This record gives sequence, C-alpha cells and structure tokens, in this order.
Amino acid sequence: MLEIYCPYCRETREEEEFSYSGEAHIARPPEPEAQSDEQWGDYLFFRKNPRGLHHEMWYHQTGCRRYFNVTRDTVSYQILESYPMGENPTVTTVANQTGDAR
Amino acid sequence: MKLPSAKARYSGLSLIKNALSYHENWQRAWRNPKPKTDYDVVIVGGGGHGLATAYYLAKEHGITNVAVVEKGYLGGGNTARNTTIIRSNYLWDEAAHLYELAMKLWEGLSQELNFNVMFSQRGVLNLGHNLQDMRDIERRVNANRLNGIDGEVLTPSQIKDIVPLLNTSPDCRYPVLGASWQPRGGTARHDAVAWGYARGADALGVDLIQQTEVTGIRRQNGTVIGVETTQGFIGARKVACVTAGNSGVMAAMAGLRLPLESRPLQALVSEPLKPCLDTVVMSNAVHGYISQSDKGDLVIGAGTDAYNGYGQRGSFHVIEHTLQAICELFPAFSRVRMNRQWGGIVDTCPDACPVISKTSVDGLYFNCGWGTGGFKATPGSGFVFADTVANDRPHPLAAPFSLDRFSSGALIDEHGAAGVAH
Repeated sequence: MLEIYCPYCRETREEEEFSYSGEAHIARPPEPEAQSDEQWGDYLFFRKNPRGLHHEMWYHQTGCRRYFNVTRDTVSYQILESYPMGENPTVTTVANQTGDAR
Repeated sequence: MKLPSAKARYSGLSLIKNALSYHENWQRAWRNPKPKTDYDVVIVGGGGHGLATAYYLAKEHGITNVAVVEKGYLGGGNTARNTTIIRSNYLWDEAAHLYELAMKLWEGLSQELNFNVMFSQRGVLNLGHNLQDMRDIERRVNANRLNGIDGEVLTPSQIKDIVPLLNTSPDCRYPVLGASWQPRGGTARHDAVAWGYARGADALGVDLIQQTEVTGIRRQNGTVIGVETTQGFIGARKVACVTAGNSGVMAAMAGLRLPLESRPLQALVSEPLKPCLDTVVMSNAVHGYISQSDKGDLVIGAGTDAYNGYGQRGSFHVIEHTLQAICELFPAFSRVRMNRQWGGIVDTCPDACPVISKTSVDGLYFNCGWGTGGFKATPGSGFVFADTVANDRPHPLAAPFSLDRFSSGALIDEHGAAGVAH
C-alpha cells in the first residue's frame, strides 16, 4: 500500500483514502473543433505510461477532496514528491532524485 | 523428411517405454539455439501469445525462419501469472468472434499440439448481484446466443445446484440474483499452453531464444530491419511485439505510442483442498473470481491496482478486498490459508479490448492491450496475429482491433464482459 502525502492536508495518509486519476499535466486542447481525429484521439487515449518516473494526479477522496500531483517511480513505486495542482514537478529525471531514492 | 528438431510423439506407450529407463531419456522439449544473424520474422516475447504466433506462422503460413526472443524464460510472465480462466461470452460481435475462435482452437488444442494442456470445460458462472447486473447478463447472454456462443441465464436455485458451497441466501449483503453460465468455458494449465506451443513451434523449426532482452528496434527509411538484443543485433524483415505490460516500452523503441497503461494485477492460491468447487465462479459486482485447480488449490483473482506500475507486485488492500468478496460468496472458505500471491503487469486499453495491429513503421506489428483477460484468447490471438504478420494486412477478425480505432472512434467497449474492472 502506498503512503501518500497530501500537500493540502499536509499529512501522509494511506492509499485507501485516495483515488488515482491518471497522468498529470495533460492540457485540454483549447479548440477541440480545430483538432484532427488523430490529435483528438491522442489527447483522449494515449498516455506516456513510462517505466520509471511518472507525474500523476491523485484525488484525496476521503480527506480534503482536492486533486494534487505526485511524482512516483513506476518500478520501485517510491513516491518522490507531492505538489499542488498548477505547480510543476521538481523531480523530472532519475538523476535529480533526492534522498534515499533507489 | 524428418526435421532435425522432429519430436517423438507423447503417448501412453511412450510413457511406459520411458518408465523402463527411469524417465532419464526423454527427448528435450525444445532446442536452445544460438540466434542466427537474420530471420524472416522475429517475435519479441516468449509468452503464450508470442509462442502461439510463432507456431501458427510456421504451421499455417509455412514461415519457419522465425525466432522468438524472450527476456526471461518461456511463459514466465503473465502466462504464468493468470488465473487460467477460459470463456468467450463477450458482448460485442467483434470481441465475441475473436474469443470464440480461441475457444474453438482450445477445444482441439491438446491433440493439435500433442501436449496435454489440461483444458477442462467445467463451465464459467458470472454472478449478478443487482438489477442492473441481471439486465446486463441477459443482454450479454442473448448477444452470445445470436453469435452462436453457448450461454444461459440461471436463477439462484439453479446456481445452487451447480455450486452447493455458494452462499445464495437472500439476506447477505450483496445477494446472488442470478448468473450467466457458459458450459463450454473452463480452465487450462497455463504452463502447458506455453510449453505445448513452444514444443510445437520448435518442431517446425522456430528458434526459441531465451535470456535475451530486446533493447532496441533498428529501422531504415521507416522500415524495420531488425532488433538490438543483449546477444547482439538480429536482422529481421518483420518484427512482431507481444510483450504485454512492456508493450509501451517496446513501442517507444520504435518512436511509437500506444493507448495502453500498465498496471499490476494480482492473484493468489490457497493450500490444496479436497475437491469442492468443480466450476469457475466470477463476480464483477463484488469483485472476485475463483476456481479450484486439479492440484486442489483455490485459484483466486484480485483486481488491478488503481495506479500505473511495472513492479510485478500489488497492494495488500486489493487482495483484502477480493478475499472479503470470496468469503461472502463462500463462507466455507473463510478459514482457508493462502499459500502464494503474485502480480503481473497487464497492459490495459481504454476499451478493454486488445490491439492487434500493423503500425506506421513498415514490418512492425503489435499484439497487446489484452489487459486483464489475455490468457483465454491465447490460441486465437496467435492465430489471427500470425495471419496479420504473414500477409501484412489485418486478419478479418483482427481488423476491428487495429490502432486506428483510437482516432476513428470505433471502440469496442468490453468493460462489462471483461472479468476485471479497469
């Protein structure tokens, strides 16, 4: 079970309080009508699904009921940071992981 | 002409003959060859689907200059990690036809491969626990029957006759209101499926190359020319990727993206018990599925973890949730001890259907996205994928599963008939 830090509640809680909401930082195309079918399909269905660092959204379902972002390693499952919506991750490559990562 | 890799047939007589030499002189089931420099087709991934693809390429299309390149050992990934359930009761025509092709191949597979895959048509029950479940079940069973697939809607008392241990009491938290029943469904021995196809493919001249990881896909002018591996470069006119949870990683090697997300899916088995459950019971609503292996252990499937992962392990609360459902359905199992638990990485697709497709790179094919239910399709998947690769056009049954459905919008929504919600 993951232990996830909620940046709004400022507490680390168990995974069961949260629900997963998929890849983070996907911007909805400002003009959907102007998109080709391929571009729109890409926006709807295609995700990075990396083996390694992943920036993803979580929802604190039974807590503050707010969305936030998490950077997590999809192989070790280690969570490297939590940060509020609208902010950018500080951990973006395996090299700049801090602390006891890996 | 006898091929150098020709196989002695397995039979009762061969068992007796080999008993006389204390079973020390059995022929090896397959060779362990060094890779050649060049193949007509390289299949990446030596699981059930990859080995079946190799077998049908050689048998149906006469393409025997084929290598299966496997990172670990044959059938060591999801083929060895599933709950071995086989059924074909899918809702939509496209999916139903594909899984029914697999079912028909299962029915003759042991004879075809001369390898006992222990295919047991013990029947599969899908339970309904609320009114909407029952409406969905009736719709699906009717759709199945229109497609020539066996199916019946059963009442709780009919279910009780088939599975006496099941709690059909109306006063439990999620009472069983009915079920769909596919008598031709059942289970098979997962390892034997991989080994049978491996032995069959090897006999036809396919090279099975284990402990060799593909690290790159070499292309020239938009056409595949081979794969980089830990044993060096292997040339290939066509490359067929059947790598389940790692399909996205393979696609990235060729600069492609796939509409997949990889997630851990867990299963567990109990200590062996005396025979008590002679069919397969599945429930989407309370989320658990269970059967009893011939060895006697209860084989229980849990759900996928909510998040993406490649770690081949899952969260404990997912198992806990499934075992709550199993104990509710089978109060008699509440004291059974679990022996082993494991996770496999499944490649889930947005419409819970596979991707069997050519790609924008000439000579590169993908068979992936089977998500949580690929084992049942193993023979059919290999059959249509071999045809797709051999003829460089989708097999008619595979055409609806091409990658272009994610831009055309012609998705095949099988979330209802897929055993595991994802």
